[in-house]
Amino acid sequence: MVGEGSDSVFGKILTIMTSETLDQGQMSCEEIRKNIQKYVDKWRNVEGSLIMVLHDIQEDIGYVPREWAMEIGKALDIKLARIYEVLTFYHYFKLKPQGKHSIHVCTGTACHIKGAPAILEILKTQLGFNVGETTADRLFNLDVVRCVGACGLAPAVVIDGEVNGKSTPEKIIEKVKSLQS
Amino acid sequence: MNTEIIKATINGTPVEVPAGTKILEAARKVHIKIPTLCKHQDLLPSGGCGLCIVRVKGSPKMFRACTTPLENGMDITTHDAEIVETRKTVLELILSNHPDECLTCGRNTNCELQRLSAEFGIRDDKIKRYVPDLPKDASTGSIIIDARKCIKCGRCVQVCQEIQNVWALSFLHRGINTKMAPCGDISLAESPCIRCGQCAAHCPTGAIVEKDDVPAVWDALHNPEKFCTVQIAPAVRVSLGEEFGLPPGTDLTKKIYAALRRLGFKAIFDSNFSADLTIMEEASEFVDRFTKNPSSLPLVTSCCPSWTDFMEKMHPDFIDHFSSAKSPQQMMGAMVKTYFAQKNNIDPAKIFQLSIMPCTAKKFELERCKEMKSSGYPDVDCSITTREFARMIKQSGIDFDSIPEEKADSILGEHSGAGVIFGTTGGVMEAALRTAYNVITGKNLEKEAIDIQSVRGLDGVKEATIGVGNFNVRVAVAHGLANVEYILDKVREAKQQGKESPYHFIEVMACPGGCIGGGGQPYGVTDNLRQKRMAGIYQCDRNCPVRCSHDNPEIKKIYADFLGSPRSEKAHELLHTHYQSRPIYQR
Repeated sequence: MVGEGSDSVFGKILTIMTSETLDQGQMSCEEIRKNIQKYVDKWRNVEGSLIMVLHDIQEDIGYVPREWAMEIGKALDIKLARIYEVLTFYHYFKLKPQGKHSIHVCTGTACHIKGAPAILEILKTQLGFNVGETTADRLFNLDVVRCVGACGLAPAVVIDGEVNGKSTPEKIIEKVKSLQS
Repeated sequence: MNTEIIKATINGTPVEVPAGTKILEAARKVHIKIPTLCKHQDLLPSGGCGLCIVRVKGSPKMFRACTTPLENGMDITTHDAEIVETRKTVLELILSNHPDECLTCGRNTNCELQRLSAEFGIRDDKIKRYVPDLPKDASTGSIIIDARKCIKCGRCVQVCQEIQNVWALSFLHRGINTKMAPCGDISLAESPCIRCGQCAAHCPTGAIVEKDDVPAVWDALHNPEKFCTVQIAPAVRVSLGEEFGLPPGTDLTKKIYAALRRLGFKAIFDSNFSADLTIMEEASEFVDRFTKNPSSLPLVTSCCPSWTDFMEKMHPDFIDHFSSAKSPQQMMGAMVKTYFAQKNNIDPAKIFQLSIMPCTAKKFELERCKEMKSSGYPDVDCSITTREFARMIKQSGIDFDSIPEEKADSILGEHSGAGVIFGTTGGVMEAALRTAYNVITGKNLEKEAIDIQSVRGLDGVKEATIGVGNFNVRVAVAHGLANVEYILDKVREAKQQGKESPYHFIEVMACPGGCIGGGGQPYGVTDNLRQKRMAGIYQCDRNCPVRCSHDNPEIKKIYADFLGSPRSEKAHELLHTHYQSRPIYQR
């Protein structure tokens, strides 16, 4: 569950969202039911169907909206409480729409020593990013990871799946700015 | 069933138990207590806390006694220097994530974690404390969740999901961030929570406690404008003693009356009386449906506010089957603020009516719908649990052990044995059948038969057929809400097939054991304790000169003087309510 602070950010994000991702949340129950039907049909009667359905939805729309989780519960006869136990256990599942670009700052031991804190700091202070949150313009998601296995390239920052080795605050700011324009 | 017997030794003592018995239970058989914070006798073992570790000869590692079944030839050591030291470390680790607030905690002096910390002589904070900053959830008005005090034992989640089938609480996130909470960004009041308080009753710490309404009661008692009245529920009288070191099941009815008078209550009533009143209304409703409108059967009891809440949320298709009779708590309040007020010429606006209940949901029932103010005022102003009441007595300086017994006030104080058995599973059914039998046959059940044994006991579902004159009345009783599905599904199935309902009359109480096992009762409930409280209730029943609600002289008088007859217009106005569908998860 997110705290009150991030909740209000979520509220702000919702009000300014215009892309198709938002539409998932605004669908009527009827439309959601229709949408989840293909996932449910695909996995019904398969052991572990819940996690597979959630996986597919995460993959397709980038997060699992609450309204969808509710309809999945009805379709698979699984309590919402159990669905959230699964959703919150795995970091892979997101409960909120994610940004267009993902930034993972590695804070494993090597990266930490080589300057990850400075990179995080500048992302926070200069660009106003918060760890674990999506920016208001829904362009970026900032997360920290413990080790991406690129200790030789420390400090490493993974942007949209691409490892940026030997990063510096300046290089990262430049890269982020290029994605903004 | 597996009847194989396992032979092993625990601390050198031979032990024989049926196959499958866990080491923890086997040890109890040879009088050894292994400490645990997560295993509760009502629940399956989860291996969550790690305190119950024991050594099995020949194995280099330690095993959790709660989840490890005893095997033939095992040589188990439950206590030695290293085991005790390891347990102490486990405790220190748990304490390192637990706030240091014992003195201001709702479980001060009866917390399982506090007791173990004392027993293990923990004197220093060896490990740096980290307590997550989480807000309290007081949204239900009945129970308060303080997730910071949660030790992640999982009891509340298991009770909520498996025993009660409510699924309001879930285990969210993982690792250090694990927490028990309703799913998503909602409060407990927005979850399917039915406020039964079984989570609080099973919590080993102060992470879930009842809302403390004692200050409001003191305020009323100290307010010279208020005329303070009170009712005590059936199940409170046989459990309160546990708070004062008396054996479970001790009937303290008359001492409670005396204590209440000393606390300053001007009129002391007994919910047993209004239970009799509930039976008059409900039995009349049953006989009416049974003889004139059998297609409207089964009739389902509605005294338990958690059960009615559960039905409104999860089974709204049963609304038409619910008895419209209010619960004894609400009936008493309505009678106090109308009949009693008029008779004694007291302005009902000045009357304060307190109910002392074994229940946390009764706090919620006070305002569940507009009929809870049928007198024009809140029928009941405040409801406190047995635990809160015990604290009030202790705060007041009353020496409860030696206080002489007193009587309740007339006219809302006299009761029959049928009234008192409301406090246990099967009791409402038995009380209603005693009166329905009389209405249908014109006679009372004979001496022995008046104890309707087939609806008594702790079985989760009890089904019986009771001969009533020329009829056979088919009844079902369930307690612990997970047990209710079986009964409701059978009724639904019959309905779908166009068949007669398998039951005519259904009783449901949300808490295991009924109100004697209520969420507001003294801590430490197990089946053994439930049985003792239950025995106390049936003893009260046997001690009553009048065993049937319709024979209670004060009940006769209130109908003659005021209500007319059961389900009269006046009775409907004051003693009945309605139910409505309340879909869960509005967001």
